[in-house]
Amino acid sequence: MSTLIKNQAIIPDTWQHLEPGTDPASQPLPEADILFPVALWQARKNEIISRYKRIGLWLEPDAKLEPLADDLHYFQVIAIHFPKFTDGRGYSLARLLRERHHFEGELRAVGDVLQDQLFFMKRVGFDAWALKEGKNPAKALHAFTTFQNPYQGATDEPTPLFRRRNP
Amino acid sequence: MYRYDNHDFALVRERVTQFRDQVARWQSGELSDDEFRPLRLQNGLYVQRHAPMLRIAVPYGMLSSTQLRALAHVARTWDKGYGHFTTRHNIQFNWPRIEDCPDILEYLANVEMHAIQTSGNCIRNITTDHFAGVAPDEIIDPRPLAEILRQWSTFHPEFAFLPRKFKIAISGTREDRALTWFHDVGLHLNLDHQGEPSFRVIVGGGLGRTPIRGEVVRESLPWQHILTYLEAILRVYNLHGRRDNAYKARIKILVQALGVDEFARQVEAEWAHLKDGPATLTREEYDRVKAHFGTPAYRSLPPEDAGFAARKAEDPAFARWVARCVHGHKVAGYAAVTLSLKAPGQAPGDITAIQMEAAARLADEFSFGEARSSHEQNLILADVEQGRLHALWLAARELGLATPSVGLLTDMICCPGGDFCDLANAKSIPIANAIQERFQDLDYLFDLGDLDLNISGCMNACGHHHVGHIGILGVDKNDAEFYQITLGGRQGSQARTGKVIGPSFAAAAVPDAVEKIIGVYLAHRHPDETFLDTFDRIGIEPFKNKVYEDRAHGRAKTATTEQPA
Repeated sequence: MSTLIKNQAIIPDTWQHLEPGTDPASQPLPEADILFPVALWQARKNEIISRYKRIGLWLEPDAKLEPLADDLHYFQVIAIHFPKFTDGRGYSLARLLRERHHFEGELRAVGDVLQDQLFFMKRVGFDAWALKEGKNPAKALHAFTTFQNPYQGATDEPTPLFRRRNP
Repeated sequence: MYRYDNHDFALVRERVTQFRDQVARWQSGELSDDEFRPLRLQNGLYVQRHAPMLRIAVPYGMLSSTQLRALAHVARTWDKGYGHFTTRHNIQFNWPRIEDCPDILEYLANVEMHAIQTSGNCIRNITTDHFAGVAPDEIIDPRPLAEILRQWSTFHPEFAFLPRKFKIAISGTREDRALTWFHDVGLHLNLDHQGEPSFRVIVGGGLGRTPIRGEVVRESLPWQHILTYLEAILRVYNLHGRRDNAYKARIKILVQALGVDEFARQVEAEWAHLKDGPATLTREEYDRVKAHFGTPAYRSLPPEDAGFAARKAEDPAFARWVARCVHGHKVAGYAAVTLSLKAPGQAPGDITAIQMEAAARLADEFSFGEARSSHEQNLILADVEQGRLHALWLAARELGLATPSVGLLTDMICCPGGDFCDLANAKSIPIANAIQERFQDLDYLFDLGDLDLNISGCMNACGHHHVGHIGILGVDKNDAEFYQITLGGRQGSQARTGKVIGPSFAAAAVPDAVEKIIGVYLAHRHPDETFLDTFDRIGIEPFKNKVYEDRAHGRAKTATTEQPA
């Protein structure tokens, strides 16, 4: 089973990504904790809600959040996919999910997720990470404390340094 | 200038620790080249033609004498004894070893310097007018807000992996000297009806492969809102800018694709959520940062120093230097001075360790211990007493820092080009040197008057060739180096890009072509007309006809040695 970094620990990951099928209407739904692709969720929302206790959502970086805004409370987990670690759209999606849509479930980064991006990801609201295959999560744990007191506000600390710097 | 407190020091030192660890992991193979590349770029480290290149940030161009001495130490200890000032105020070293870079940065952190975000697809060094704070036409000193923007952009977690690089320029003067119309974001500080600072926000300008003049997305934005408004712009860009093609990934392409009205609508819609949030600036913070840029201990002086006037009258060489290298100052009896880095035979913008230390000494002796680097690749001493200009000139002349050519043909902006840079199609420094050699006669150069000649070794346009009155662009034709010439580009409030004159030239033919262009100007000019005045009046045709006079219909004379524009 793959692992996840969460709460400064390495834990087993029970969630599975379901690759989008050609036809969401007829795609078989396995019995497991599933991160559903958006098209599948949107096509079979009622069925998924009635069949699954725990529901996850998988977002590609070009996902549109507005059409999902009213559904977010169904998801225990939202995974944002980083096809390449240099594709920074997921950072904005994460902030929007947390700050604008007030998503309070687990927000995990998946895909090309590397140690050197963890600090930034934590700042924009991610709280779980599935590191790229082959990367050692134990060695990555210290990355969350790279900078003690960054300048700008973000999801983890909305108050920018300048508001705390001046007594 | 801004001085670090414990927070600022902690952040640059944590960066050094992080970078040292990244270099070690790359050396051990734990980080692949592809994984390491964006990390090292965001720390100013390129792997170049001969050796790595390390680009050190000089935020909005401000340098203390202590920092200049530290840079000299770096040049001597880890490089070959010189550095190169870029067109974004920064300084780069062309010969360090990768494994030494963490030590270099640790050393520089002690003097409040770093290489953070001097490259990579992130928010780059904020640039401004090199006469900020002393310019007679200044409305507001932009440096406090430039520093606030520096801090906000440093390690911004949402915008570290943008589609492409993002450059912000800010100016607070009537005449724009920061090329604000050709930046991803250009900011004009002004005073609103209540006498409060406000910004005109320009988006989507840029040089490079697709030169575009920026467009105004907001005419007047109160200063408190600048960070939230920029976050709205960057969020729209980060989510919607193209990522499929690096040449179409700058924000200018997005603004063009959407149209500025639709782009502005999206920004305003995003901003509606961010406005008045915690990133709204406070008066306390503005005042805290502004206090770092207070007025130095100016003496009360007459507007005209009698000794200075006499020296000018009796020494034509001094008068010549004053005419080109001494600039107006808002305080009576003071002047700003350019220390030229364009001596004949020298690569434009290059400076030796000896010159860095000497410039530090001159800054201490003549200008309150501070200097600036300009986007035109010179050094500035901003606060010199008129009565001491002659002494400064004598000292600068000894050091090769008093070439009296600022604003003249030989004060070229020039990128490092194919001699150093991996991206270049062609060499640029030898072209600059050949033009300098051709036009050595100072009387002639003075007679030509204001003339910007800018050279880039490729269409990334680091040498700002598009906005040179004469622009020279290196192009590659079947592995041979050719040069395309543009005319009529300009900086300033009327900034625009030049027009291509015609087919490109082999390197050896460039000085001749430039000479012919100048010949047309001299033949057509009215009294008191600058090169640009004449160009605007007569258009490009007379120049074309002269430059290509031996060719049929402006076409290449021989297909083997020329290429179409």
